[in-house]
Amino acid sequence: MDGKRRDVLKTGGGLTLLSLVAAAGWLRPGDALAAEWNKAAFEAKSLDDTLKALGGSGSTPSKDIAFVSTPDIAENGAVVPIGITSAVPKTESIAILIEKNPNMLAAVFDIPPETEPAINTRVKMGQSSNVYALVKADGKYYVASKEIKVTLGGCGG
Amino acid sequence: MADPMKIRANVVGDSTEVKVLMSHEMETGQRKDAQGKAIPAWHIQSVAATWNGKTVLTAEWGPAVSKNPFLSFKFKGGAKGDKVQITWTDNKGEKRTDEAVIA
Repeated sequence: MDGKRRDVLKTGGGLTLLSLVAAAGWLRPGDALAAEWNKAAFEAKSLDDTLKALGGSGSTPSKDIAFVSTPDIAENGAVVPIGITSAVPKTESIAILIEKNPNMLAAVFDIPPETEPAINTRVKMGQSSNVYALVKADGKYYVASKEIKVTLGGCGG
Repeated sequence: MADPMKIRANVVGDSTEVKVLMSHEMETGQRKDAQGKAIPAWHIQSVAATWNGKTVLTAEWGPAVSKNPFLSFKFKGGAKGDKVQITWTDNKGEKRTDEAVIA
């Protein structure tokens, strides 16, 4: 079954399939590992395109999304700690987008109801850039941003 | 084949805090080798965390997550002695599951 899905993705017919999967909702209980990797979202170059690929149409800035334990200046762009906490009610997912990276979307975390809407991880930043925390709550998207300066870029070369 | 994950799960009030350090190259596909050829992307694509069979977190990652990924989150519930399982799958189809006991 996995092989067939990968073929569908390769033939490009996957985009529609992915939109359907994304629109159907992030979480499929008991099916977590089978969740298809959203290639379109991870290859999108802008916030709007990423949003579209995730099944959203617009995002509202929110003061209820906070960056915690996240530096203003990162010495090493290969390892930038990012912590995001969402106080938006019914938070379903938190995504990290790095504006000036080759592809904006770094990660998406699906938050089940009993899990705290807060995550910490480390990402690569190619250069100083705005970092967006995109929260999906109750079917709608909210966003907060923070500028992180990078002294040594971390994407490669 | 990959090195085991380091997982720490601790009871904090009525919740469990989980910290994971995974071992993975997380190659972006942007780097070039000595001959100038691009080193192919090789990175974790999906992560799932469960506690007593219940999913407490899932994630989709791109190559921008740092090498040897760190992840930390908290979920309601969990008692000392319970097990937390973390599974990752990468873009080559490799998979790894590790488990830790909540302390």
